[in-house]
Amino acid sequence: MPGLLTLAITLPIIGSLLLLVIPNRDGSKDSLVRWVALGASLVTFAVTLVLWAGYDPANPAFQFVERAAWIPQFGIDYYVGIDGLSLMLLVLTGFLTPIALLSGWVSVEKKVKEYSIFMLLLEASMIGVFCALDVFLFYVFWDFVLIPMYFLIGIWGYDQRIYAAIKFILYTMAGSVLMLVAIIGLSWMHQQMTGEYSFDLLKLYDMQIPAANQYWLFLAFTIAFIIKVPLFPFHTWLPDAHVQAPTGGSVILAGVMLKMGGYGLIRFAFPLFPDAAMSFAPLLATLSVIAIVYGALVAMVQPDMKKLVAYSSVSHMGFVVLGIAAMNVQGVQGASYQMLAHGVSTGALFCIVGMLSDRRHTRQIAEFGGLKSVMPRLTAAMLIITLSSIGLPGMNGFIGEFLIMLGGFKWDPRFVVIAALGVILSAVYMLWMFQRVFYGKVTNDHNIGLPDLSLREWAIVGPLAAAAIAMGVFPNAFLKPMEPAVTRIVERVEPHRPQESIRADAVLPPSVRPKPKPPVPIPVRREVTRISEVQR
Amino acid sequence: MISGQFDAVIPMLCVTLAGLVVLLAEAFRGRDERMPIGGLAVIGLLGAGVASYFLWDSNAESFGAVTADNFGLFINFVLVIVGLLTVVISSQTIERDRLPAGEYYAMMLFAIVGMMLMGQATDLLVIFLALETMSIAVYVLTGIRRDQQQSSEAAFKYFLLGAFASSFFLYGIAFLYGVTGTTNIERLSTAIAAQSMSGNPMIMLGTGLLIIGFAFKIAAVPFHMWSPDAYEGAPSVVTGFMSTGVKAAAIAAFVRVFLKGLDPMIADWAPIIWWIAAATMIVGTVVGVAQTSLKRMLAYSSIAHGGYLLAGLVAGNDVGKAAILFYLAAYALTNLGAFGVISLLGSRERANDDLRDYAGLWHTHPGLAMLMTFFLLSLGGFPPTAGFIAKWYVFSAAVGSGYYGLAIIGVLSSVVSVFFYLRIVVMMYMTDRDARPIPAPIPAIAMAALIVSMLGVLYLGVLPTRVIELAQQSISTIF
Repeated sequence: MPGLLTLAITLPIIGSLLLLVIPNRDGSKDSLVRWVALGASLVTFAVTLVLWAGYDPANPAFQFVERAAWIPQFGIDYYVGIDGLSLMLLVLTGFLTPIALLSGWVSVEKKVKEYSIFMLLLEASMIGVFCALDVFLFYVFWDFVLIPMYFLIGIWGYDQRIYAAIKFILYTMAGSVLMLVAIIGLSWMHQQMTGEYSFDLLKLYDMQIPAANQYWLFLAFTIAFIIKVPLFPFHTWLPDAHVQAPTGGSVILAGVMLKMGGYGLIRFAFPLFPDAAMSFAPLLATLSVIAIVYGALVAMVQPDMKKLVAYSSVSHMGFVVLGIAAMNVQGVQGASYQMLAHGVSTGALFCIVGMLSDRRHTRQIAEFGGLKSVMPRLTAAMLIITLSSIGLPGMNGFIGEFLIMLGGFKWDPRFVVIAALGVILSAVYMLWMFQRVFYGKVTNDHNIGLPDLSLREWAIVGPLAAAAIAMGVFPNAFLKPMEPAVTRIVERVEPHRPQESIRADAVLPPSVRPKPKPPVPIPVRREVTRISEVQR
Repeated sequence: MISGQFDAVIPMLCVTLAGLVVLLAEAFRGRDERMPIGGLAVIGLLGAGVASYFLWDSNAESFGAVTADNFGLFINFVLVIVGLLTVVISSQTIERDRLPAGEYYAMMLFAIVGMMLMGQATDLLVIFLALETMSIAVYVLTGIRRDQQQSSEAAFKYFLLGAFASSFFLYGIAFLYGVTGTTNIERLSTAIAAQSMSGNPMIMLGTGLLIIGFAFKIAAVPFHMWSPDAYEGAPSVVTGFMSTGVKAAAIAAFVRVFLKGLDPMIADWAPIIWWIAAATMIVGTVVGVAQTSLKRMLAYSSIAHGGYLLAGLVAGNDVGKAAILFYLAAYALTNLGAFGVISLLGSRERANDDLRDYAGLWHTHPGLAMLMTFFLLSLGGFPPTAGFIAKWYVFSAAVGSGYYGLAIIGVLSSVVSVFFYLRIVVMMYMTDRDARPIPAPIPAIAMAALIVSMLGVLYLGVLPTRVIELAQQSISTIF
């Protein structure tokens, strides 16, 4: 009997194999294929929920661990397990995949079978990324993710899809392969130190890597991750990929795939190479602050809604990296939370933009206007999502950004001052778009008589809006499982912060400078409760 | 198993015998009589495979110049698989292009004999003989389309340059013999080690000449000029055969000579091969980007893969040796599959290997498009295919010996190569078909062969343990 995690990885694969034997008939009536795919993704979602229910938040160790030798000659195992951080991302993946499939129910007309197969393969590999504890296994999933996404963009995308697909795969792959070399290097170091090869993440954590080596390895890992995030200046693939991808592809890309970068930083780059990480943290924070402001400013001037949402992702994901760079409990928890929140909000935004573009076959803001009178329900849904994306207190976006700024302030207030600009700007570009698209009079005759939400579309925006509100009102349900995981990682990395950054003592000569204090256990839970109290 | 001094050559004898029978069958065949000549070739190859299986771990020796150690036998297995797949896929080409079946199969089998001998020979002169046996047969195969100018031109070019390279090789052997007084690889090694001849100019000259000879055969930069032309001119399935079989045999001999015979002076030749490997990877991929003919594109990709193999040779450690063997197996299945698809889509008039010919292939031949995609992903080194494990293995060896730079060049060049592999995928899946004639239906047996190689690629990519174990056993006995 395989464990639940293996089940979560294999269920989508089984679903896609099942699809292979179902005859393919083109056209939107091809409902058997669609229902099988949806069914497989829903069952997978159910499995992730079972995992959540069975997860013990008090236990800081990895849970649901499964291990089997894969390539024993090199100590490579099929080794999976989750902590709270992975758990939440698994649930997010399980949640968004059915929604992504639903979003293409009508608009994807050709080769539905292949579309569904690629979607399910994508889901399987993303789940694999989030629960692999063997670095080699992680890389296998990480690299495999690119293939289905490449096909999704390239076959079912819009006009410039081929350019976007190739740019996407080359850009992200160029980053990943250097990580492969670093992974190989790590395993050799482990072999030299202990006499045996190992790709076991927990064993690699315990390795004392000389600082000089850490820098290179950290850079190799981090470049792979920040291309995925994407952090300024490595973000240029993202607007192309997002805009050209079909709606379902954009949902997964923004909702889950970008999180792989943030997850990688938290799980691999920082704890494996703490010395290097702490000395690069200010640089990362600088880049993320630039990304926050730059992404917001560029989003503001986009005439295309999808591109606007894409650049807003750059801005929001900048917050994630800022929180990680701060490397204290609030910062990292905020970053983790922001990843979930961004997954829900941006996924929903792409869905709604997709609905508009299905109806009008354009995404230009100027083509719309006054939709509120035509489609009041869709407008209401969009309003909820817009507010959640802006970070209105009581909605999911607020908690993450607040915690990140709290953590950032503790570390270095200068970054937070600039990052706060991003919060204001996000209100500007989102509300401005909302106003231009939905308020006012109907200026374009094509918009008269557009149908409001269909039942299927209710099934998309309903859960997303509910999740956005639920995450804002009950943040503890999500934060609590992540807390032990985050604390453990912070405790690993934080003590390696270079002494120079203790600014108050920097003026003293090293001889009289006090030793860096051991990490103060920060009462996270109380902090978090306070936030929800604020909201009430 | 009978024991005697012929043991080690039994696999080769099987294939030789099959080749002779094929020739006779062709000679006694009526003018319009159809004979299952390919079946004879299959029997011979299977015989060689079975013989190799029984010889495993026996370390049999014949004539003091041929050994059946596991290293050579592993190469034999690879060659048997290459041969079987080629025979099965060839049947369609032979019928379509009206090739003389007897000559075709006989030449192929003799080439395989030469390849096997290259992998098993322990004497430089025997390696040279094997090299020539293989090369001459392959020259003929390249030019077997006598009605086509391009094919003859390719064969002529290949032959002239190949003859040059062979003479370099022979010259190298002469220098080494002159200094050490032996052509036996093992004694060569002892002689060099005992007299600490590392740095001796004669030895260096001999080594350099050997490198040229081998580099030519595996199409390493800067001795790669012949390969795009030869690959393009030869019938597609022969190209697949050349690019896998010849490379496997040449690399096998290369490894044996350099990591066994010339191992004591590894510090002298490793930097040279480092540069050759780096240049081969870079040139192969960068020039590949500019190609519009699939066969030329894959020719440059084969050059690049030769570079990855050389990275394992530079590493020179146990991981590297086993990695080379694994890589050869993975690469043989993958590349043969890719050329198989090209071959099946060709027609008598032209090879249909232009990028445009593949536009919208997904709509007309979904199965072939999927297979091709699969092979291309494996060539590009994506998991979960054999190509990924193979690349990881080779680069792991390079990193293990401290050659981080080479590994980084390798992985980056593989990203560049992904660009042109994906161009083919773009054509097949994302471009609409223009009004070009759709080639004839695909014979089921050839399709089955391609599916088998796809399953092999998947097997090596998902469950590589068993083959890695075999590769490790193969190198443990001799080095």
